[in-house]
Amino acid sequence: MSKNNSYLSNYFHRNGRALGSIGYFVLLMVIFLIGAPEAWIRPNLHQSVFVMMPTLIFLTIPLVFLVASGEIDLSFASTYAVAAYVFALLVKNGVDPAICLVLGIFTGAAIGALVGTLIVVFRLSSLVASLGVLFLLRGVILLLSNSRSITIMEVENHWIYPLLVGNFYGFPMQIFWAAIFVIFCYYFFNKHVFGIHIQHVGDNSVSAEQMGINVNAVKIKAFMFVGVGAAIGGIFTTMITYTFFPTQGFGYLLLALAAVFVGGTPYWGGLGTIIGAVFGVGIIAYMEIGIIAIGWSGEWRQFFNGLIILLALLGHRLHGERVR
Amino acid sequence: MENIIELDNVTKRFGGITALNKASLKVTRGEVVGLIGDNGAGKSTLIKTLVGVYSPDEGDILIRGKKVNAWNALKARESGIETVFQDRALTPQQSIVKNIFMGKELRYPFGFIKEKEQIFEANRLIREIGFTSKLIKAESPVGNLSGGERQGVAIARAIYNKAELIVLDEPTNNLSLNETQKVFDFVLNVKKSNRSVLFIGHNIYHVYDISDRFVILDRGEVVHKLDKNDISTPEELMKIMRDTIGAH
Repeated sequence: MSKNNSYLSNYFHRNGRALGSIGYFVLLMVIFLIGAPEAWIRPNLHQSVFVMMPTLIFLTIPLVFLVASGEIDLSFASTYAVAAYVFALLVKNGVDPAICLVLGIFTGAAIGALVGTLIVVFRLSSLVASLGVLFLLRGVILLLSNSRSITIMEVENHWIYPLLVGNFYGFPMQIFWAAIFVIFCYYFFNKHVFGIHIQHVGDNSVSAEQMGINVNAVKIKAFMFVGVGAAIGGIFTTMITYTFFPTQGFGYLLLALAAVFVGGTPYWGGLGTIIGAVFGVGIIAYMEIGIIAIGWSGEWRQFFNGLIILLALLGHRLHGERVR
Repeated sequence: MENIIELDNVTKRFGGITALNKASLKVTRGEVVGLIGDNGAGKSTLIKTLVGVYSPDEGDILIRGKKVNAWNALKARESGIETVFQDRALTPQQSIVKNIFMGKELRYPFGFIKEKEQIFEANRLIREIGFTSKLIKAESPVGNLSGGERQGVAIARAIYNKAELIVLDEPTNNLSLNETQKVFDFVLNVKKSNRSVLFIGHNIYHVYDISDRFVILDRGEVVHKLDKNDISTPEELMKIMRDTIGAH
């Protein structure tokens, strides 16, 4: 019996946070289903959610790594636009879109590396420093693009379009790539040295350093990963809409952060859950679209987003405080 | 006797404070060296420099007679030096198995972790260390363990890596009598297998019992070195310590 208890308690220690956010997701579905069954069975509601979810997944999942490492980044919402700008500008100038894609992702990684190095080397607060970078990069984009959008219809004729964001018998390809990304990240976070070191660093960076883990390198890599995720999200969205616009990404800033925490990753570092974050994204995406779908006005959206964040925090609180 | 590690005239400063002043120390194979000194004598700084957490401002570090450059914690571990730090160097939200293999995970190619093998080894080590509670499993979080059990995890890490030199920084602090005896047994086992221990302690009786040789540190300087054969009681060691400290 006691053996059972121990197994269960260890299981909950490892998976409780993910289970919590799955529970919230199911609860939300039930509420919507009861509240507006006719809206709920219409497939176009779920289709809109599935358009939004992949982008949010590319932004949110890397943030889980970063938050687990004990840092935070706000600049990803601008990195998103910078990478999309690089991509769109190069495509417009006749560069092969596949190369543009690689260069765009590389831009995201480079920005992440710069932000991370700045924060780690000068020991800046990641919250404040990345807030600065958020504005700075957005300013750069507005100046460079002259606040004008770029339309890239030509990308549709290139082979990467159907492969990355096309429709495969009615199935949007970006969902397939987002799913691959989630699976990859799950193993990367839980079964790979990178993820394990991130958890040690975020838990107690002094201990990690004493055990020979290069704390700064681990953190910079986590920032780079956030940059890569933001770049993929930005470029995918630009391809889907055939348009880069200079304000893009800003709307995702708070939604992605909300998805991380609603998903059950605690803010204090050392812990994180990829599966939880996927359901966090689901909760946020359904809130965004579901409120409208059931016929309420858009004003309710923010109200419910706020409510769900608070409820989720309270719920995860039940899972326990930080152990030291 | 082969020198496992040697510090040669090592100086370490923090801002304007000289924490370590031309300190020299060596540990040879198969011996237990006791490092003693008052609070603030520089014991921790000496240890952290020795095991690569701090880099020295002056002086050399020699491993098996060879000078090393850009000494750091990873290199120290790769050279066969394991440390049980005073604060245990654990990450309490992570599992016992993750802590035992922290920084030295068993890996497949491309950095994926041999999870099953790690768990198997961790469970074996937990039994070897002698955790009494059956509830303690490799997957239990370290944060649920008592002080002595946490020390056990830190020691298990050193055992697994089969270090040639194990540095124990205040290992008996806050431990019960029973747990202290376990630490002593562990030190004797290491010595028996012709490996070395550097034992740092406040408690002169503990250090006296376990060590072959003593190094006394005061205000960042090594002020006295003596063999156990030179003295006959811990009281004598205490007297020497009192006389040397502050006298130089």
